[in-house]
Amino acid sequence: MGFGKSFPEFDYYDIVVVGAGPSGTTAARFAALSGAKVLVLEKDRDVGYPVRCGEAVSHEGLVQFIEPNPKWIASTVKYFKLVAPDGTVIKPNLNGFGYILERRIFDYELAKLAANCGAEIVTKAYVNGLILNDGKVEGVKVLLNNSEQIEIRAKIVIGADGVESRVGRWAGLNTTCKLQDMESAAQMTLTNIDIEPDTCYFYFGEKVAPGGYLWIFPKGENTANVGLGIAGIYGRQRHALSYLEEFVEKRFPSASILTVIAGGVPCAKTADKIVTYGLMLVGDAARQVNPVSGGGIISGMIGGKIAGQIAGEAIKKNDLNLIFDYENEWRKTLGQRHERYYKIKQFIYKFSDEKLNEIARELSKIPYENLTLKNLFFTAVKTQPSLIIEVMKLFI
Amino acid sequence: MVIIKDNKCDFCGCCVGVCPENCIELYEAKIEIIDEICTDCGKCVWACPFDVLELRVTKSKKGEIA
Ligand SMILES: Cc1cc2nc3c(=O)[nH]c(=O)nc-3n(C[C@H](O)[C@H](O)[C@H](O)COP(=O)(O)OP(=O)(O)OC[C@H]3O[C@@H](n4cnc5c(N)ncnc54)[C@H](O)[C@@H]3O)c2cc1C
Ligand code: SF4
Ligand code: SF4
Repeated sequence: MGFGKSFPEFDYYDIVVVGAGPSGTTAARFAALSGAKVLVLEKDRDVGYPVRCGEAVSHEGLVQFIEPNPKWIASTVKYFKLVAPDGTVIKPNLNGFGYILERRIFDYELAKLAANCGAEIVTKAYVNGLILNDGKVEGVKVLLNNSEQIEIRAKIVIGADGVESRVGRWAGLNTTCKLQDMESAAQMTLTNIDIEPDTCYFYFGEKVAPGGYLWIFPKGENTANVGLGIAGIYGRQRHALSYLEEFVEKRFPSASILTVIAGGVPCAKTADKIVTYGLMLVGDAARQVNPVSGGGIISGMIGGKIAGQIAGEAIKKNDLNLIFDYENEWRKTLGQRHERYYKIKQFIYKFSDEKLNEIARELSKIPYENLTLKNLFFTAVKTQPSLIIEVMKLFI
Repeated sequence: MVIIKDNKCDFCGCCVGVCPENCIELYEAKIEIIDEICTDCGKCVWACPFDVLELRVTKSKKGEIA
């Protein structure tokens, strides 16, 4: 027997999931729970690595899926500090808390949960095409271990292949992310730095991160993920990494750099179509990221759970048309809210530095107890009368 | 055509996400641009966080200067 898994010539699964990130393994877990025969294919040799993520999640989001465990929690976060271009610091009242994860371990844990529910997981399995029959998806084409090209048939394929997703496009779904919506991101994990271990910092401004923001997310006492995203269109002048290098040299001159990664965050609204015959898309692949914050771990898992449950039902009831319900379920649960956030994003990322400073000055007058995120938003709007009209439009 | 500069790519997939022609192949530690399909639109070049890609403008495939 070889090192990896070998597939018989006509192997057949109920559900094949492409990609073993949090959305894919969550979809697999919930599909397997309903008794379906599930296979997860991951192109990399390792689940959860490399980590291309700031690793921040909220407590409420997380506990829907897994009990928090110190094994994969680097920090507990209680405060946010938002820094305006002129240095004014705003400290909103979060009314909650969150975590900075160790995703390398967290993603493993999610994969183990899926496997414990009966899903099979295979790494070094690069999906490079779909088996299509009359517009219907009937399985995947896979390059195994960089050497063997095979086909695996399935009743339902779930595309969870992340920002670089192509699975949907192969089946005719338009998931290409617009350049202005793609946050081009770079992040360093730094150690030997002076930070507050319970506080996340966010920096805004044209000079720091045009069309995006810079983050400092603590990982323990003297270590942090320091990264930024710029809207793709600004990459025309200057690339994300050079903005980050400039900030780190200034702010953390004596840091040791543990790792540097590149990444893309599709800060768009969910793709118009995320289901077709035999295919569902989840997570970054479906563009299920929160378009304002760029957070996609929890929202992707929410998409994964809904898709997994519906796919499982469809198999159980032997009615594949049931998967079309997924689009609506997602819209009701989060999709519509993301559409609203998307509109908000479109005007907040257009603010000039002067406007941001003005808003920050206004906000800094509000005492901490009253500065909830909702209040913060409405004060920002009040400071900018033209925005009131824009915001009204969102609710009409 | 789009040139991949040596040794700088981090295989993050940001370029793949914006490519309207779906012509970038991203393996675990290798990327390839399928030149016959690429239209030299430049989106992948601007989206790349690490400045890995470069558009060499000769004549674009559609006969215009890109
Ligand atoms: C720099 C950065 C910082 C971020 N910070 C945060 C944050 O702090 N909080 C937050 O909530 N979100 C954050 N995000 C977003 C978050 O990382 C993603 O939304 C999340 O990882 C999406 O999960 P996923 O399962 O959909 O995709 P991924 O986690 O990207 O998983 C997709 C998987 O599919 C595999 N794959 C891709 N193509 C194929 C193929 N053809 N065949 C087989 N396998 C394939 C990939 O190798 C990968 O393992 C950040 C993103 C970036 C880039
Ligand atoms: S965006 Fe840049 S670093 Fe990322 S995969 Fe493409 S070429 Fe490589
Ligand atoms: S130039 Fe345009 S078409 Fe060519 S690979 Fe880049 S994004 Fe795709």
